Amino acid sequence: MSDLVRLTGEHLLIVSIAVVIAIAAGVPLGTFAHRRRRLGGIALRITDVVQTIPSLAMFGFLIPLPLLGGIGPRPAIVALVLYSLLPIVRSTLVGLERVDAHVREAATAMGMTDRQLLWNIELPLATPAIVAGIRIATVTAIGVATIAAAIGGGGLGTLIFRGVSMVDSRLILQGAVPAALLAIAADALLTQVEHYFAKRRGES
Amino acid sequence: MIEYRDVSVVRGGNAILDRVSLRIEKGEHVAFLGRSGAGKTTALKVINGLVGPSAGEILVDGAPMARHELPRLRRRIGYVMQQPALFPHRTVFDNVATVPRLLEWPEEKTRAEAERLLAQLELPLATFGARFPRMLSGGQQQRVAIARALIAAPEIVLCDEPFSALDPIIRAEMQSLFDGVVRASGAPPPTGAPEARTTRTTLVFVTHDVREALRIAGRVIVFDAGRVVVDTPADAFMSHQHPLVRRFVEA
Repeated sequence: MSDLVRLTGEHLLIVSIAVVIAIAAGVPLGTFAHRRRRLGGIALRITDVVQTIPSLAMFGFLIPLPLLGGIGPRPAIVALVLYSLLPIVRSTLVGLERVDAHVREAATAMGMTDRQLLWNIELPLATPAIVAGIRIATVTAIGVATIAAAIGGGGLGTLIFRGVSMVDSRLILQGAVPAALLAIAADALLTQVEHYFAKRRGES
Repeated sequence: MIEYRDVSVVRGGNAILDRVSLRIEKGEHVAFLGRSGAGKTTALKVINGLVGPSAGEILVDGAPMARHELPRLRRRIGYVMQQPALFPHRTVFDNVATVPRLLEWPEEKTRAEAERLLAQLELPLATFGARFPRMLSGGQQQRVAIARALIAAPEIVLCDEPFSALDPIIRAEMQSLFDGVVRASGAPPPTGAPEARTTRTTLVFVTHDVREALRIAGRVIVFDAGRVVVDTPADAFMSHQHPLVRRFVEA
Protein backbone atom coordinates (compact mmCIF):
# COMPACT_ATOMS: atom_id res chain seq x y z
CA MET A 1 0.00 0.00 0.00
CA SER A 2 2.75 2.44 1.01
CA ASP A 3 4.41 1.43 -2.25
CA LEU A 4 1.32 2.55 -4.14
CA VAL A 5 1.21 5.88 -2.34
CA ARG A 6 4.89 6.51 -2.98
CA LEU A 7 4.63 5.62 -6.66
CA THR A 8 1.50 7.74 -7.12
CA GLY A 9 3.39 10.63 -5.53
CA GLU A 10 6.33 10.10 -7.86
CA HIS A 11 4.00 9.90 -10.81
CA LEU A 12 2.31 13.18 -9.90
CA LEU A 13 5.65 14.82 -9.26
CA ILE A 14 7.25 14.05 -12.62
CA VAL A 15 4.03 14.97 -14.44
CA SER A 16 3.71 18.27 -12.55
CA ILE A 17 7.31 19.26 -13.13
CA ALA A 18 7.01 18.41 -16.83
CA VAL A 19 3.74 20.30 -17.32
CA VAL A 20 5.00 23.38 -15.48
CA ILE A 21 8.09 23.46 -17.70
CA ALA A 22 5.91 22.90 -20.78
CA ILE A 23 3.67 25.84 -19.79
CA ALA A 24 6.67 28.08 -19.17
CA ALA A 25 8.00 27.26 -22.63
CA GLY A 26 4.76 26.64 -24.52
CA VAL A 27 2.82 29.83 -23.82
CA PRO A 28 5.66 32.13 -24.94
CA LEU A 29 6.24 29.87 -27.96
CA GLY A 30 2.56 30.03 -28.89
CA THR A 31 2.58 33.82 -28.50
CA PHE A 32 5.66 34.01 -30.66
CA ALA A 33 4.05 31.72 -33.25
CA HIS A 34 1.11 34.13 -33.33
CA ARG A 35 3.33 37.18 -33.93
CA ARG A 36 5.75 35.61 -36.39
CA ARG A 37 3.70 33.47 -38.66
CA ARG A 38 6.40 31.72 -40.61
CA LEU A 39 8.78 30.90 -37.76
CA GLY A 40 5.75 29.97 -35.68
CA GLY A 41 4.63 27.52 -38.34
CA ILE A 42 8.02 25.85 -38.24
CA ALA A 43 7.99 25.61 -34.45
CA LEU A 44 4.54 24.11 -34.58
CA ARG A 45 5.57 21.54 -37.14
CA ILE A 46 8.52 20.46 -34.99
CA THR A 47 6.29 19.94 -31.95
CA ASP A 48 3.89 18.07 -34.26
CA VAL A 49 6.64 15.66 -35.32
CA VAL A 50 7.74 15.14 -31.71
CA GLN A 51 4.17 14.20 -30.85
CA THR A 52 4.19 11.35 -33.38
CA ILE A 53 7.25 9.61 -31.89
CA PRO A 54 6.05 6.52 -30.01
CA SER A 55 6.66 7.13 -26.34
CA LEU A 56 8.63 3.95 -25.73
CA ALA A 57 10.94 4.89 -28.62
CA MET A 58 11.26 8.43 -27.28
CA PHE A 59 12.44 7.13 -23.91
CA GLY A 60 14.84 4.85 -25.75
CA PHE A 61 16.26 7.73 -27.78
CA LEU A 62 16.89 9.71 -24.61
CA ILE A 63 19.02 7.06 -22.92
CA PRO A 64 22.28 7.78 -24.81
CA LEU A 65 21.87 11.58 -24.74
CA PRO A 66 24.25 13.50 -22.49
CA LEU A 67 22.91 15.92 -19.84
CA LEU A 68 19.20 15.56 -20.61
CA GLY A 69 19.21 11.84 -21.27
CA GLY A 70 20.22 8.73 -19.43
CA ILE A 71 17.98 6.77 -17.13
CA GLY A 72 15.89 7.82 -14.14
CA PRO A 73 13.38 10.61 -13.61
CA ARG A 74 15.30 13.30 -15.51
CA PRO A 75 14.94 11.91 -19.05
CA ALA A 76 11.37 10.94 -18.13
CA ILE A 77 10.60 14.59 -17.41
CA VAL A 78 12.35 15.68 -20.61
CA ALA A 79 10.19 13.33 -22.66
CA LEU A 80 6.99 14.45 -20.93
CA VAL A 81 7.86 18.11 -21.57
CA LEU A 82 8.27 17.34 -25.26
CA TYR A 83 4.87 15.62 -25.39
CA SER A 84 3.13 18.37 -23.43
CA LEU A 85 4.51 21.16 -25.54
CA LEU A 86 2.36 20.69 -28.63
CA PRO A 87 -1.10 21.00 -27.06
CA ILE A 88 0.00 24.06 -25.10
CA VAL A 89 1.68 25.85 -28.02
CA ARG A 90 -1.21 25.05 -30.30
CA SER A 91 -3.94 26.10 -27.90
CA THR A 92 -2.11 29.35 -27.11
CA LEU A 93 -1.93 30.09 -30.82
CA VAL A 94 -5.57 29.18 -31.39
CA GLY A 95 -6.69 31.23 -28.39
CA LEU A 96 -4.82 34.30 -29.64
CA GLU A 97 -6.13 33.81 -33.16
CA ARG A 98 -9.68 33.69 -31.90
CA VAL A 99 -9.49 37.17 -30.39
CA ASP A 100 -11.96 39.29 -32.39
CA ALA A 101 -10.13 41.45 -34.92
CA HIS A 102 -12.40 44.38 -34.08
CA VAL A 103 -11.55 44.09 -30.40
CA ARG A 104 -7.86 44.12 -31.30
CA GLU A 105 -8.41 47.11 -33.58
CA ALA A 106 -10.27 48.98 -30.84
CA ALA A 107 -7.47 48.32 -28.35
CA THR A 108 -4.84 49.54 -30.80
CA ALA A 109 -6.89 52.61 -31.68
CA MET A 110 -7.30 53.46 -27.99
CA GLY A 111 -3.52 53.76 -27.85
CA MET A 112 -2.36 50.46 -26.40
CA THR A 113 1.17 49.45 -27.27
CA ASP A 114 1.78 45.94 -28.63
CA ARG A 115 2.80 44.79 -25.20
CA GLN A 116 -0.29 46.29 -23.54
CA LEU A 117 -2.47 44.71 -26.20
CA LEU A 118 -0.92 41.32 -25.48
CA TRP A 119 -1.13 41.49 -21.68
CA ASN A 120 -4.39 43.41 -21.25
CA ILE A 121 -6.46 42.00 -24.05
CA GLU A 122 -5.07 39.07 -26.01
CA LEU A 123 -3.71 36.80 -23.27
CA PRO A 124 -6.70 37.24 -20.93
CA LEU A 125 -9.05 36.45 -23.80
CA ALA A 126 -6.97 33.43 -24.80
CA THR A 127 -6.74 32.05 -21.25
CA PRO A 128 -9.64 29.57 -21.49
CA ALA A 129 -8.10 28.08 -24.64
CA ILE A 130 -4.65 27.95 -23.03
CA VAL A 131 -6.08 26.17 -19.98
CA ALA A 132 -7.76 23.67 -22.33
CA GLY A 133 -4.34 22.98 -23.83
CA ILE A 134 -2.83 22.52 -20.37
CA ARG A 135 -5.61 20.08 -19.52
CA ILE A 136 -4.94 17.97 -22.61
CA ALA A 137 -1.19 18.12 -21.97
CA THR A 138 -1.63 16.99 -18.36
CA VAL A 139 -3.91 14.08 -19.17
CA THR A 140 -1.55 12.94 -21.92
CA ALA A 141 1.45 13.28 -19.63
CA ILE A 142 -0.18 11.18 -16.91
CA GLY A 143 -0.65 8.39 -19.45
CA VAL A 144 2.75 8.65 -21.06
CA ALA A 145 4.45 8.81 -17.65
CA THR A 146 3.51 5.16 -17.04
CA ILE A 147 5.97 4.26 -19.81
CA ALA A 148 8.71 6.25 -18.06
CA ALA A 149 9.20 3.32 -15.71
CA ALA A 150 10.86 1.55 -18.63
CA ILE A 151 13.89 3.81 -18.19
CA GLY A 152 13.69 3.89 -14.43
CA GLY A 153 11.63 7.06 -14.23
CA GLY A 154 9.54 5.68 -11.40
CA GLY A 155 5.85 6.29 -10.96
CA LEU A 156 2.88 3.98 -11.38
CA GLY A 157 4.38 2.45 -14.51
CA THR A 158 6.78 0.60 -12.19
CA LEU A 159 3.89 -1.57 -11.02
CA ILE A 160 2.65 -2.11 -14.56
CA PHE A 161 6.05 -3.19 -15.90
CA ARG A 162 6.58 -5.41 -12.88
CA GLY A 163 3.15 -6.94 -13.49
CA VAL A 164 3.90 -7.51 -17.16
CA SER A 165 7.17 -9.28 -16.49
CA MET A 166 5.58 -11.44 -13.79
CA VAL A 167 2.40 -11.99 -15.84
CA ASP A 168 0.44 -10.74 -12.84
CA SER A 169 -2.75 -8.98 -13.90
CA ARG A 170 -3.48 -7.80 -10.40
CA LEU A 171 -0.16 -5.98 -10.23
CA ILE A 172 -0.80 -4.41 -13.65
CA LEU A 173 -4.17 -3.18 -12.44
CA GLN A 174 -2.60 -1.76 -9.30
CA GLY A 175 -0.60 0.54 -11.52
CA ALA A 176 -3.12 1.08 -14.29
CA VAL A 177 -6.22 1.90 -12.25
CA PRO A 178 -4.65 4.67 -10.14
CA ALA A 179 -3.05 6.13 -13.30
CA ALA A 180 -6.46 6.20 -15.00
CA LEU A 181 -8.05 7.74 -11.91
CA LEU A 182 -5.35 10.40 -11.79
CA ALA A 183 -6.03 11.26 -15.43
CA ILE A 184 -9.77 11.49 -14.84
CA ALA A 185 -9.29 13.65 -11.74
CA ALA A 186 -6.86 15.99 -13.52
CA ASP A 187 -9.28 16.31 -16.43
CA ALA A 188 -12.19 17.17 -14.14
CA LEU A 189 -10.19 19.66 -12.10
CA LEU A 190 -8.76 21.49 -15.10
CA THR A 191 -12.16 21.55 -16.81
CA GLN A 192 -13.38 23.49 -13.77
CA VAL A 193 -10.47 25.90 -14.08
CA GLU A 194 -11.28 26.36 -17.75
CA HIS A 195 -14.92 27.17 -16.96
CA TYR A 196 -13.84 29.62 -14.32
CA PHE A 197 -11.72 31.56 -16.81
CA ALA A 198 -14.36 31.34 -19.54
CA LYS A 199 -16.84 32.85 -17.14
CA ARG A 200 -14.45 35.58 -16.12
CA ARG A 201 -13.81 36.57 -19.69
CA GLY A 202 -17.55 36.98 -20.02
CA GLU A 203 -18.49 34.05 -22.19
CA SER A 204 -20.95 31.83 -20.44
CA MET B 1 -5.73 70.16 -37.77
CA ILE B 2 -5.57 67.19 -40.13
CA GLU B 3 -3.94 67.46 -43.52
CA TYR B 4 -3.78 64.92 -46.33
CA ARG B 5 -1.05 65.58 -48.89
CA ASP B 6 -1.52 63.43 -51.97
CA VAL B 7 -2.34 60.40 -49.86
CA SER B 8 -2.65 57.10 -51.71
CA VAL B 9 -3.32 53.72 -50.22
CA VAL B 10 -2.69 50.78 -52.51
CA ARG B 11 -3.55 47.24 -51.48
CA GLY B 12 -3.09 44.27 -53.79
CA GLY B 13 -2.64 46.49 -56.81
CA ASN B 14 -5.85 48.45 -56.18
CA ALA B 15 -5.80 52.10 -55.20
CA ILE B 16 -8.17 52.31 -52.25
CA LEU B 17 -7.25 55.96 -51.83
CA ASP B 18 -6.00 57.81 -54.87
CA ARG B 19 -3.96 60.99 -54.28
CA VAL B 20 -6.28 62.56 -51.75
CA SER B 21 -5.47 66.07 -50.57
CA LEU B 22 -7.59 67.60 -47.84
CA ARG B 23 -7.41 69.97 -44.90
CA ILE B 24 -9.66 69.55 -41.92
CA GLU B 25 -9.45 72.47 -39.52
CA LYS B 26 -9.45 72.15 -35.77
CA GLY B 27 -13.00 71.97 -34.46
CA GLU B 28 -14.60 71.15 -37.78
CA HIS B 29 -17.27 68.47 -38.00
CA VAL B 30 -16.81 66.64 -41.27
CA ALA B 31 -18.77 63.77 -42.80
CA PHE B 32 -17.08 61.38 -45.23
CA LEU B 33 -19.90 60.22 -47.47
CA GLY B 34 -19.68 57.56 -50.14
CA ARG B 35 -20.86 54.20 -51.32
CA SER B 36 -19.22 51.09 -49.91
CA GLY B 37 -15.73 50.65 -51.27
CA ALA B 38 -15.38 54.37 -52.01
CA GLY B 39 -12.40 54.66 -49.65
CA LYS B 40 -14.01 56.62 -46.84
CA THR B 41 -13.14 54.15 -44.08
CA THR B 42 -9.54 53.96 -45.26
CA ALA B 43 -9.44 57.77 -45.36
CA LEU B 44 -10.52 57.70 -41.72
CA LYS B 45 -8.02 55.07 -40.63
CA VAL B 46 -4.98 56.89 -41.96
CA ILE B 47 -5.70 59.62 -39.40
CA ASN B 48 -5.00 57.34 -36.42
CA GLY B 49 -2.43 55.29 -38.27
CA LEU B 50 -4.44 52.07 -38.40
CA VAL B 51 -3.70 52.21 -42.13
CA GLY B 52 -0.42 53.55 -43.45
CA PRO B 53 -0.37 55.49 -46.72
CA SER B 54 1.47 53.91 -49.65
CA ALA B 55 2.36 57.38 -50.92
CA GLY B 56 1.87 60.92 -49.77
CA GLU B 57 1.77 62.23 -46.27
CA ILE B 58 -0.73 62.75 -43.52
CA LEU B 59 -0.17 65.47 -40.95
CA VAL B 60 -1.87 65.70 -37.59
CA ASP B 61 -1.27 68.93 -35.69
CA GLY B 62 1.17 69.93 -38.37
CA ALA B 63 3.44 66.93 -37.82
CA PRO B 64 3.72 63.98 -40.20
CA MET B 65 2.79 60.55 -38.82
CA ALA B 66 6.41 59.42 -38.67
CA ARG B 67 7.08 62.17 -36.11
CA HIS B 68 4.23 61.04 -33.86
CA GLU B 69 4.58 58.23 -31.38
CA LEU B 70 1.48 56.33 -32.52
CA PRO B 71 0.13 54.94 -29.21
CA ARG B 72 0.55 58.39 -27.66
CA LEU B 73 -1.22 60.12 -30.55
CA ARG B 74 -4.04 57.57 -30.54
CA ARG B 75 -4.80 58.27 -26.88
CA ARG B 76 -5.81 61.77 -28.03
CA ILE B 77 -8.01 60.44 -30.82
CA GLY B 78 -11.41 58.90 -30.05
CA TYR B 79 -12.45 56.03 -32.31
CA VAL B 80 -15.88 54.46 -32.69
CA MET B 81 -16.55 51.65 -35.15
CA GLN B 82 -19.67 50.04 -36.49
CA GLN B 83 -19.08 47.18 -34.04
CA PRO B 84 -18.95 48.21 -30.40
CA ALA B 85 -15.90 45.92 -30.05
CA LEU B 86 -15.96 46.22 -26.27
CA PHE B 87 -13.40 44.21 -24.34
CA PRO B 88 -15.56 41.21 -23.38
CA HIS B 89 -13.56 40.34 -20.26
CA ARG B 90 -13.84 43.83 -18.81
CA THR B 91 -16.79 45.51 -17.12
CA VAL B 92 -18.51 48.57 -18.55
CA PHE B 93 -16.52 50.79 -16.21
CA ASP B 94 -13.21 49.12 -17.05
CA ASN B 95 -13.96 49.46 -20.75
CA VAL B 96 -14.71 53.15 -20.38
CA ALA B 97 -11.61 53.59 -18.20
CA THR B 98 -9.27 52.21 -20.88
CA VAL B 99 -7.76 55.45 -22.16
CA PRO B 100 -7.67 57.24 -18.77
CA ARG B 101 -5.67 54.30 -17.41
CA LEU B 102 -3.29 54.44 -20.34
CA LEU B 103 -2.92 58.15 -19.57
CA GLU B 104 -2.47 57.28 -15.88
CA TRP B 105 -5.28 59.49 -14.62
CA PRO B 106 -6.03 59.30 -10.91
CA GLU B 107 -8.81 56.76 -10.39
CA GLU B 108 -11.24 59.31 -8.85
CA LYS B 109 -11.02 61.52 -11.92
CA THR B 110 -11.64 58.52 -14.19
CA ARG B 111 -14.65 57.52 -12.12
CA ALA B 112 -16.07 61.04 -12.06
CA GLU B 113 -15.70 61.48 -15.81
CA ALA B 114 -17.16 58.02 -16.52
CA GLU B 115 -20.08 58.82 -14.28
CA ARG B 116 -20.77 62.14 -16.01
CA LEU B 117 -20.45 60.75 -19.53
CA LEU B 118 -22.42 57.55 -18.94
CA ALA B 119 -25.21 59.58 -17.33
CA GLN B 120 -25.36 61.73 -20.45
CA LEU B 121 -25.61 58.55 -22.51
CA GLU B 122 -28.37 57.33 -20.21
CA LEU B 123 -26.37 54.42 -18.81
CA PRO B 124 -25.96 55.31 -15.12
CA LEU B 125 -22.63 54.07 -13.81
CA ALA B 126 -24.19 52.82 -10.57
CA THR B 127 -26.44 50.45 -12.53
CA PHE B 128 -24.27 49.52 -15.48
CA GLY B 129 -20.70 50.04 -14.33
CA ALA B 130 -20.12 46.51 -13.05
CA ARG B 131 -21.90 44.73 -15.91
CA PHE B 132 -20.10 42.86 -18.63
CA PRO B 133 -20.65 43.76 -22.29
CA ARG B 134 -22.48 40.50 -23.03
CA MET B 135 -25.23 41.57 -20.60
CA LEU B 136 -26.03 44.69 -22.65
CA SER B 137 -28.14 45.22 -25.77
CA GLY B 138 -26.47 46.29 -29.00
CA GLY B 139 -27.49 49.91 -28.51
CA GLN B 140 -26.21 49.93 -24.94
CA GLN B 141 -22.92 48.40 -26.04
CA GLN B 142 -22.52 51.08 -28.67
CA ARG B 143 -23.13 53.77 -26.05
CA VAL B 144 -20.39 52.25 -23.92
CA ALA B 145 -18.13 52.30 -26.97
CA ILE B 146 -18.91 56.00 -27.43
CA ALA B 147 -18.16 56.71 -23.78
CA ARG B 148 -14.91 54.76 -24.08
CA ALA B 149 -13.92 56.86 -27.09
CA LEU B 150 -14.87 60.22 -25.61
CA ILE B 151 -13.91 60.00 -21.94
CA ALA B 152 -10.48 61.56 -22.22
CA ALA B 153 -11.88 64.56 -24.14
CA PRO B 154 -10.02 63.69 -27.34
CA GLU B 155 -9.14 66.54 -29.68
CA ILE B 156 -10.13 64.38 -32.64
CA VAL B 157 -13.04 61.94 -32.79
CA LEU B 158 -13.20 59.40 -35.62
CA CYS B 159 -16.44 57.54 -36.25
CA ASP B 160 -16.89 54.76 -38.77
CA GLU B 161 -20.63 54.25 -39.33
CA PRO B 162 -21.18 53.92 -35.60
CA PHE B 163 -24.94 53.63 -35.82
CA SER B 164 -25.50 51.64 -38.98
CA ALA B 165 -25.74 48.28 -37.19
CA LEU B 166 -28.55 49.55 -34.94
CA ASP B 167 -32.23 49.40 -35.72
CA PRO B 168 -33.76 52.65 -37.03
CA ILE B 169 -35.51 53.82 -33.87
CA ILE B 170 -32.46 53.30 -31.68
CA ARG B 171 -30.31 54.85 -34.40
CA ALA B 172 -32.21 58.16 -34.30
CA GLU B 173 -32.03 58.17 -30.52
CA MET B 174 -28.30 57.48 -30.61
CA GLN B 175 -27.65 60.23 -33.14
CA SER B 176 -29.16 62.85 -30.88
CA LEU B 177 -27.41 61.47 -27.78
CA PHE B 178 -24.13 61.49 -29.69
CA ASP B 179 -24.73 65.00 -30.97
CA GLY B 180 -25.31 66.16 -27.43
CA VAL B 181 -22.21 64.48 -26.07
CA VAL B 182 -19.86 65.73 -28.78
CA ARG B 183 -21.24 69.25 -28.46
CA ALA B 184 -20.90 69.17 -24.68
CA SER B 185 -17.37 67.80 -24.88
CA GLY B 186 -15.95 70.93 -26.48
CA ALA B 187 -15.77 74.57 -25.52
CA PRO B 188 -18.24 76.96 -27.18
CA PRO B 189 -17.62 77.34 -30.91
CA PRO B 190 -15.01 79.88 -31.92
CA THR B 191 -16.44 83.27 -32.81
CA GLY B 192 -17.27 83.63 -36.45
CA ALA B 193 -18.10 79.94 -36.75
CA PRO B 194 -20.98 79.49 -39.20
CA GLU B 195 -23.16 77.83 -36.60
CA ALA B 196 -23.08 75.44 -33.70
CA ARG B 197 -21.63 72.64 -35.88
CA THR B 198 -18.17 73.43 -34.67
CA THR B 199 -16.68 72.70 -31.28
CA ARG B 200 -13.25 72.24 -29.78
CA THR B 201 -13.46 68.63 -30.90
CA THR B 202 -12.62 67.83 -34.51
CA LEU B 203 -15.08 65.21 -35.69
CA VAL B 204 -14.68 63.00 -38.75
CA PHE B 205 -17.71 60.86 -39.33
CA VAL B 206 -17.91 58.15 -41.99
CA THR B 207 -21.39 57.29 -43.23
CA HIS B 208 -23.34 56.29 -46.29
CA ASP B 209 -26.49 57.93 -44.94
CA VAL B 210 -27.05 61.47 -46.26
CA ARG B 211 -29.44 62.47 -43.52
CA GLU B 212 -27.00 61.33 -40.85
CA ALA B 213 -24.17 63.23 -42.56
CA LEU B 214 -26.17 66.45 -42.71
CA ARG B 215 -27.37 66.08 -39.18
CA ILE B 216 -23.94 65.62 -37.68
CA ALA B 217 -21.53 67.53 -39.89
CA GLY B 218 -21.00 71.09 -41.06
CA ARG B 219 -19.04 69.94 -44.08
CA VAL B 220 -19.60 66.98 -46.35
CA ILE B 221 -16.86 65.29 -48.35
CA VAL B 222 -17.98 62.75 -50.91
CA PHE B 223 -15.61 59.91 -51.84
CA ASP B 224 -15.84 57.88 -54.99
CA ALA B 225 -13.33 55.27 -56.18
CA GLY B 226 -10.73 56.48 -53.70
CA ARG B 227 -10.99 60.14 -54.64
CA VAL B 228 -12.62 63.21 -53.18
CA VAL B 229 -15.26 64.18 -55.71
CA VAL B 230 -17.26 66.73 -53.71
CA ASP B 231 -16.27 68.91 -50.77
CA THR B 232 -19.05 71.24 -49.67
CA PRO B 233 -20.56 72.97 -46.67
CA ALA B 234 -23.44 70.86 -45.40
CA ASP B 235 -26.05 73.54 -46.08
CA ALA B 236 -25.08 73.67 -49.77
CA PHE B 237 -25.14 69.87 -50.14
CA MET B 238 -28.78 69.37 -51.11
CA SER B 239 -28.50 71.76 -54.04
CA HIS B 240 -25.06 70.55 -55.20
CA GLN B 241 -25.09 69.57 -58.87
CA HIS B 242 -22.52 66.72 -58.89
CA PRO B 243 -24.24 63.60 -60.30
CA LEU B 244 -23.21 61.47 -57.34
CA VAL B 245 -24.71 64.01 -54.95
CA ARG B 246 -27.92 64.02 -56.99
CA ARG B 247 -28.04 60.24 -56.67
CA PHE B 248 -27.53 60.43 -52.93
CA VAL B 249 -30.17 63.11 -52.57
CA GLU B 250 -32.70 61.32 -54.71
CA ALA B 251 -32.16 57.93 -53.08
